[in-house]
Amino acid sequence: MHLAHPAVLSALLFSVGLYGVLARRNAILVLMSVELMLNAVNLNLVAFDVWLRDTLHAGQALTLFIIAIAAAEIGIGLAIVLMVYRNRGSSDVDRLRDTAEAHGPDDSGAGHDGETPADREEKAEATT
Amino acid sequence: MTLAAAATHGFLSPTGVEIAFLLVGIATLGAALIMVTTRQLVHAALWLVVALGGLAVEYLLLTAEFIAWVQVLIYVGSVVVLLLFGLMLTKAPIGRSPDADSGNRWVALAVAVAAAASLVWVVVDAFRTTWIDLDGPAQGSTEVSGEILFRHWVLPFEALSVLLLAALIGAIVLSRRDKEGPAQGLPADRPVREGNS
Repeated sequence: MHLAHPAVLSALLFSVGLYGVLARRNAILVLMSVELMLNAVNLNLVAFDVWLRDTLHAGQALTLFIIAIAAAEIGIGLAIVLMVYRNRGSSDVDRLRDTAEAHGPDDSGAGHDGETPADREEKAEATT
Repeated sequence: MTLAAAATHGFLSPTGVEIAFLLVGIATLGAALIMVTTRQLVHAALWLVVALGGLAVEYLLLTAEFIAWVQVLIYVGSVVVLLLFGLMLTKAPIGRSPDADSGNRWVALAVAVAAAASLVWVVVDAFRTTWIDLDGPAQGSTEVSGEILFRHWVLPFEALSVLLLAALIGAIVLSRRDKEGPAQGLPADRPVREGNS
């Protein structure tokens, strides 16, 4: 088999995942796109392991490790998303702008949601 | 050497494995594209199943069968179910949601196209005359994988089990509800708290 086939496929899958991470608004869809990027890397690792005929099979061992780490990552990520949803009532990454830099003295407060600074402090306290 | 390799492997005479790899790859890529562009959130998770299953078939075609079955078990079996539960618990809309994509999707599209073009160009340029030899015994059978995993990679394996335990405890601590937390907080402040149990 031509080595370029799996390499090109994994590069394209990685780019699709990159688009999903940057363009999606829901945090869970962002996590799905991250999974797609990790899987593209896994395909690369397996293809190069088979090509090199590595005696230690480092590519396949690393693929198994990446699968386990991805499972841990998705568990922690979903727990964080659920906690943010419970505290904020939304899981849109565009609307979680509390730590964004203020552009000027006027919108240094949270003018975007119409909530008062005391409200924000209370919410930040609930998050911790 | 490259000429000899090119003589034995032609571009115009692909093997059956190559054709199968290409067809499954096109299906996988299409599923991934639909996954990142669909407006129905639950459908995105289901298209992710198609993409991950296609990748498992690609692993099988690359003779890494143990990884293929691990992929089916962990990704298709548990990660997608976790994602569906997450969508359900955050009350994702069932129908089409018009705001699934954020406002910077054109910037994201430009970045992704640039990344794809540069990566594909580099990869094709580097591996134009390289072929994978798939003959011989399978390189990723369960026996081989078990031997290398427990003979050469035991220490990372154990460290990974500690990491999984830490992730498990972290997820439990994060999703645990404080006993005295709701008593102090204003009930009107978070109306979603009751409906989320």
